[in-house]
Amino acid sequence: MTVLLLSLAGGLGAASRFLVDSAVTHRQRLSTPMGTFVVNASACLLLGLLTGWTVTRSGYDGVVTVVGVGFLGGYSTFSTASVEAARLLLAGRGVAAVLHPLAMLVVCLAAAAAGLALTG
Amino acid sequence: MAGMAGMACVVAAGGMVGVLGRAGIEHALPSPPGGWPWTTFWINLAGSLALGALLETLARWGPDRGWRRVVRLGCGTGVLGGFTTYSTFAVQAVRLADGGAAGAALTYTLVSVATGVAAAAAGIVLASRAHRRWSARRDGAAT
Repeated sequence: MTVLLLSLAGGLGAASRFLVDSAVTHRQRLSTPMGTFVVNASACLLLGLLTGWTVTRSGYDGVVTVVGVGFLGGYSTFSTASVEAARLLLAGRGVAAVLHPLAMLVVCLAAAAAGLALTG
Repeated sequence: MAGMAGMACVVAAGGMVGVLGRAGIEHALPSPPGGWPWTTFWINLAGSLALGALLETLARWGPDRGWRRVVRLGCGTGVLGGFTTYSTFAVQAVRLADGGAAGAALTYTLVSVATGVAAAAAGIVLASRAHRRWSARRDGAAT
């Protein structure tokens, strides 16, 4: 049962990523892709909040699996972030290829830490 | 395929497969608590390589419409996007640092991001070379 819910939540998460990414890309004016940035930062904040909340409480393993591993795992993505930076690199935009993934990393770590601190 | 709703359904179907794949691998090969999260590391690395190769191959085959768009959204955005994770990766790093292993956390994040970008670039370059070889063979066979 948990496996089915996990998979469904993963599909829902991936579809949410697609919709948020499309909405951000539609509005953005920067030359570096921001959709995945927004998706990953919000996913890290939410997983930080969830992890912090459950770390001091027992009996929520199912919620962590379905929402944390399933929904937020499907929502956030590492591969697209890597490909976006690799394309900047191969297009000769070396500075952007280093700064874009580094900025994403710093913001996402800060978001995860803030989430953990708020509920932990 | 009609509009955003149809495309979102294709992504969702792929995402179900990708997330299940990662959950299965993480369950079979759990990383030791407090140590370097190797399983997530290899999943993210493999997903980055595969996505780079897939997107480059599709782009070389032709414009992003019809079955190529369905494959890109289903297998790329859905399966490989859902298979890899940034949220678990970031929370693992913060918890490593909170547990007193700040150096390991810093190394883990920087090495993951740098090798992920390198793997995606390698996937793009390899797929582009493979396509060139395939085109040359096809043109050679035609003459």
